[in-house]
Amino acid sequence: MARIAGVDLPREKRVEIALTYIFGVGRPTSLRILTEAGVPAETRVRDLTDTEVARLRQFIERALKVEGSLRTEVAMNIKRLMDIGSYRGTRHRRGLPVRGQRTHTNARTKKGPRRAIAGKKKATKK
Amino acid sequence: MARSIKKGPFVQEALLLKVEALNLKNEKKVVKTWSRASTILPEFVGHTFAVHNGNKFVPVYVTENMVGHKLGEFSPTRLFRGHTGKMVADKKAKPQ
Repeated sequence: MARIAGVDLPREKRVEIALTYIFGVGRPTSLRILTEAGVPAETRVRDLTDTEVARLRQFIERALKVEGSLRTEVAMNIKRLMDIGSYRGTRHRRGLPVRGQRTHTNARTKKGPRRAIAGKKKATKK
Repeated sequence: MARSIKKGPFVQEALLLKVEALNLKNEKKVVKTWSRASTILPEFVGHTFAVHNGNKFVPVYVTENMVGHKLGEFSPTRLFRGHTGKMVADKKAKPQ
């Protein structure tokens, strides 16, 4: 059972993919980890030897910020923006897009599902 | 794309001179400015700027955390009072 940084890796997948299940590790980071630790990318997680798992774990703990500590760092960065009263901070606070996107339409990812506006006339087709 | 490091951060010359003069005399005075695009430098910490938002001057007290941001980020140019209609009443019932 390969357990790295508090995450269980899927047993049937290739390590290069399996590592991306860790928050903060994508494909490029995953490949970097594997070269640094000297583990071939095409091995399946279930075929990893204990020493290989140990090397992976050691490299990740030493060189990378992942999972909880990374989440805290991101949250702290957002909190700082809100605390200093910057424009970006107020956008975060209101749950609106931060980087100048339009909000007249779209921006649904940030704003969530549409809310009906009371008293607004439906556009009728001619 | 980020600004070239070679150039250094952008600060309006006149603004920088004013702040440096204040630092030399070791006093704190409100510096009125229209230069919203000026980067906040470490020298600015502790000063208060009156940053124009197109309508009036918004007082901005600079703290250490603000270094690297632009003055304009702290002086909002838009005023959103909320939408009209029933939604306003709903919002008042449960403020954010």
